[in-house]
Amino acid sequence: MLLIPCPWCGKRPENEFRHGGQAHVVRPENPDAVGDEDWAIFLFLRDNPKGRHVERWRHIHGCGRFFNCVRDTVSDHIDATYKPGEAPPA
Amino acid sequence: MTQLRRLPTGGRIDRERPVRFSFDGRSLQGYAGDTLAAALLANDIALVGRSFKYHRPRGIVAAGAEEPNALVTVDAGPGRVTPNLRATQVMLHDGLVARSQNRFPSLRFDLGGMAGFAAPLLGAGFYYKTFMGRPALWQRLYEPLIRRAAGLGRAPKVADEDWYLQQYAHCDVLIVGAGPAGLAAAWTAAQSGARVILCDEQAEPGGYLLSAPGVMIDGMAAPDWADAVVAEIRDRITVLPSTTAFGWFPGNLIGLAQSLDPVPADAPRPDRADIQPRGWRQGAGDAVVTQQDLDPYRLAEPADQVAPPRERLWQVRAERVVLATGAIERPLVFPGNDRPGIMLAGAALTYLHRYGVLPGKRATVVTADDSAYLAAADLFRGGMDIAAVVDMRERPHSDAISAVRALGITIHTAAEVTGTEGWVRVHSVRTQGGAAVIPCDTVLMSGGWTPTVHLASQARQALRFDAASGTFLPAHGAIGAASGTFDLAECLRQGAAAGGIARDFAVEGMPQMAPSVRPAPARPHAKAFVDLQNDVTSKDLKIAAEEGFVSVEHLKRYTTTGMATDQGKTSNLNALSTLAALTDRPMEAIGLTSFRPPYTPVTLGTFAGAGRDALFAPIRMTPIDPLGAVLEDVGTWKRARAFPVGKETLAQAVARECAAVRSGVGIFDASTLGKIEVSGPDAARFLERIYTGAFQSLVPGRCRYAVLLGEDGFIRDDGIVARIDADCFHVTTTTGGAAFVLHHMEDYLQTEFTDLQVWLTSITEQWAVIAVQGPHAAALLAGFIRDVDLSAMAHMSVCSALLDDIPIRLFRVSFTGESGFELNIPPPDAQRVWDALKAAGATPYGTDAMHVLRAEKGYIIVGQETDGTVTADDVGLGWTIARGKGDFVGKRSLRLADLARADRKQLVGLSQADAEPGIGMQITEPGQDRPIGHVTSAYPGVTLALVEAGRSRMGETLLIRGETADLAVTVVDPVCYDKQGTRLRPTPVPAVTAQALAPRPPSSAPVGVQAPGVVMVSLAPATLLSLRAPAGISSIGVALGMMLPTVPCRSVISNRAALWLGPDEWLVQAPEDAPALMALIREAAGDHPVGITDVSWRTRALEISGPMASWCLNGFCALDLDPRSFPVGMCTRTVLGKAEVVLWRIAADLFHVHAGRSVFPYVWACLRQTILAVDAGV
Repeated sequence: MLLIPCPWCGKRPENEFRHGGQAHVVRPENPDAVGDEDWAIFLFLRDNPKGRHVERWRHIHGCGRFFNCVRDTVSDHIDATYKPGEAPPA
Repeated sequence: MTQLRRLPTGGRIDRERPVRFSFDGRSLQGYAGDTLAAALLANDIALVGRSFKYHRPRGIVAAGAEEPNALVTVDAGPGRVTPNLRATQVMLHDGLVARSQNRFPSLRFDLGGMAGFAAPLLGAGFYYKTFMGRPALWQRLYEPLIRRAAGLGRAPKVADEDWYLQQYAHCDVLIVGAGPAGLAAAWTAAQSGARVILCDEQAEPGGYLLSAPGVMIDGMAAPDWADAVVAEIRDRITVLPSTTAFGWFPGNLIGLAQSLDPVPADAPRPDRADIQPRGWRQGAGDAVVTQQDLDPYRLAEPADQVAPPRERLWQVRAERVVLATGAIERPLVFPGNDRPGIMLAGAALTYLHRYGVLPGKRATVVTADDSAYLAAADLFRGGMDIAAVVDMRERPHSDAISAVRALGITIHTAAEVTGTEGWVRVHSVRTQGGAAVIPCDTVLMSGGWTPTVHLASQARQALRFDAASGTFLPAHGAIGAASGTFDLAECLRQGAAAGGIARDFAVEGMPQMAPSVRPAPARPHAKAFVDLQNDVTSKDLKIAAEEGFVSVEHLKRYTTTGMATDQGKTSNLNALSTLAALTDRPMEAIGLTSFRPPYTPVTLGTFAGAGRDALFAPIRMTPIDPLGAVLEDVGTWKRARAFPVGKETLAQAVARECAAVRSGVGIFDASTLGKIEVSGPDAARFLERIYTGAFQSLVPGRCRYAVLLGEDGFIRDDGIVARIDADCFHVTTTTGGAAFVLHHMEDYLQTEFTDLQVWLTSITEQWAVIAVQGPHAAALLAGFIRDVDLSAMAHMSVCSALLDDIPIRLFRVSFTGESGFELNIPPPDAQRVWDALKAAGATPYGTDAMHVLRAEKGYIIVGQETDGTVTADDVGLGWTIARGKGDFVGKRSLRLADLARADRKQLVGLSQADAEPGIGMQITEPGQDRPIGHVTSAYPGVTLALVEAGRSRMGETLLIRGETADLAVTVVDPVCYDKQGTRLRPTPVPAVTAQALAPRPPSSAPVGVQAPGVVMVSLAPATLLSLRAPAGISSIGVALGMMLPTVPCRSVISNRAALWLGPDEWLVQAPEDAPALMALIREAAGDHPVGITDVSWRTRALEISGPMASWCLNGFCALDLDPRSFPVGMCTRTVLGKAEVVLWRIAADLFHVHAGRSVFPYVWACLRQTILAVDAGV
């Protein structure tokens, strides 16, 4: 069970969280202006990296907030978590 | 024969307490403190099992967890049979019944032994080569045959009678292994005041020290030193004997399996029926828990009627893990090295010193390591005849060897064992370069020591190859033998340093030894076993290498070496070095396979812990008693399907209930429907972006049917959006979709529509809901509701009303096609409203009737008519999409060509002939085989289906394809009842006499549970508000008399209390009633937008207090409840078992736990179980 540092509540066990998929997938400002192909990419295409991955989690059984998380998909090590709207650490 | 091999003195057993046990039906005696293996050896029993594949006779090889051969079944009666236990780890107790495995008809004469004669055919890859060909044969013939012939013990067939515990724990240091290094580490760590857990798989801490009475540490005999250290640290740190660290998981989470005292065969058995959920009621009259509420979770009691719990699963979150796991002695690989009587030299030393047992009369010692000389000398002094020492090394010399030579024992050097004789016990050893044949009944072997690195490997540590010892070592975190250190004084020094204090220890009586070096690899031989548990020989390895399986991972899979429950404890290094020699590569190039958890087998009962039977998961019930109903599972809820009367069948009951709704009035418990309060100045705009409909135009007091799409344009959920006032909506969801919809809304609100000021609050359990449906609904309700003119209330509207004296939210909505209402009632009053409506003539109906009624109207059920690939237009709900408004979730996808195709499957009705089709049946055109659709709903007289271009096929004949016969049907409109909807219109209500509700039943006495150090009681309800606001509105704090806490997870208490639950969310608890408190806050907020939702009835609360309170909570809650990490005043949502709760520490030893009404009995029962365990003293 991972220990995930919620940006508000601190380190909490994984069973308080729900995974939210890849982070920084931005919903187009005006979806009507997006072509079919780009819309399909927005809907379905996601990274599947081995190693550093930036993903969303929600502290659903805690403060309820969504946040972003840099996790290594091989070691499960979490490098950083940060609030929505903030840029991922380098 | 009484303990022929037991010495008159010595050992750490309790000779005052003889113990009777049986093995394969023979009644035998041992002593308290014995392992089963020690007691068998004491009784001169060498043959204890048959091997996995060849059914060769096997004996006890080791004295600990690494034992590959002596696997037994322990039988404590039906429901308490455990196969595949290592005899070296089974503690002897009175009445223990053990059986050998994998033999028929008996251990001594085993027909499966024939496999031995066929051994040349059964080598590496035998399965893959032999059972090729027709796959059907594999399934029907080969696999069952192989599983019968090769294998271990039989899995039990009846349910486990015992109960199991679970515990979360946190510590600064977890020390795995209580041998010399581990004990020294625990000793110094305990002095630092750190939180320390020390665990050891053996029943007694001490490890090697217990086998070395001749060694002195700081002037004390080694076993006494170990005892003294344990006595000193026992009260300061957590010492867990009989506890195996079986797995190291991400985030430094270590799984420990703790054996509690063995359950005797005559222990009482819980009445299984007693812990199964039954039809039950949940606090109908009041919010105080009654014994009746908790009935389904009742475990058999009192405690003296139930056996003690058997095992406990620990999930330990450690800041630092110190591996003091020691080392495992390697067997030597020589022809015939598997006969009973052949044992590891170190194991023999253990049996001598810990159990006062000599494993035989006359031993040949075969070694490549000096440590075997220690065993030879001690066993000789203990009375064993040592025939000779056969040393593989050229010119070994050390003090240890000289000491053995001085005893007059013959030592052959540069010698090699070329074979052994004997069938059920070894009787001689053949050597090259020494005496030709050495008669003996015991062979003691040592191929050096392999550091136990399984946990480090599980933690994905890179293991480094150490050329000097020829073994793999953890990169960090290991001390003592686990780090390749075999000098006792150095092990102790490393341990002390790991515990935080540098110090040396005076060690005397340990002769100087040459460093341990891995011996030359074994030559291929068909009877030289590398892996004793999986029956892999050195010849198998050669075959595999020749066939190209030269990667260590391939070798493992092809030959099965190092696999399964053994995880290569004794075999791994020998297999690797053999492969290295065969392929002429250095060891470091070969590498190491990954060790997998668990280190030793863990019972499924331990993994399940308390989570079985009634505690498997919350069983959610509504506040209305489904008395007499047939129940079904809907999501996590139990719901009433129907209410059969007398001898009615289910179908008859459903038909009667449907008729009652169509012609009179029915009542339906709709409490499980999800309910979300959406508040804030932008609530309407938010809902327009989430749902397909328009809501800015919805006037307060009106409702609109709403469809929720995913971004891909497909239907995810549906419900009713009701506007309570300008900035507050009451939104309903499906029962199963409630959690998803709230999460989905929060996702968009927090991460996409951040420009909107909106708050979402679940009110599913704040309101119980009774649907009152049928032409007489208004007339029935008019007797109880006098402040609303029901005849004037429009379809799809909402208002506040008084039902007798109960404030309710009254909806005029219909899911049946009849004129009807839905009453949202405070849960404590729901039962008496239900009872009164029933008494006034309403017919209770269940989900089955609801399904029929809605299907007749063509109303869809999400998840039945839809499957995640269905659009609103597909099911005839295109009209719900508001074209004039802006963007909403899923809108863009509706323009994709595929979603606009004319041949998409569309919802239609199917006229039925005589037979009723089944849901899911495929539909074709006559004469065709290509399915063009499927049945989504089918009830007597009504069938709905999704059919390609269905709306253009009206009147067409199609076939529903059955397994035996096809059903011809005609495509019709999905609405087959009251197509114009005239029955939904309000009608004048005749004058009725006013009716009164029964008074609220008196509150039952609250219940409590206690044990030494802990008390749990239920709490009476209080006013609770969910307050949502941007932080820093000080006027609210002034009005409440306390500032809202801004530090996460902290609370403030005055005569009211405010709990921080999120950055813009507080739970406010207060003595006044909810409307008064809401008015107070709203007035204080002034122009600031705030969301205030009454959640007083949503949860129930308990108080748990006493010094053991946090221990009991940690049975089910994974948070660190140490006051340093969870101080007084801390509050948070978290998870307890499988339920979400709010946990609040009000004082050092006092917690409040709030849980949703329907999961509260589950939370109560979980905590109650940990309290019972405390009461039972475990």
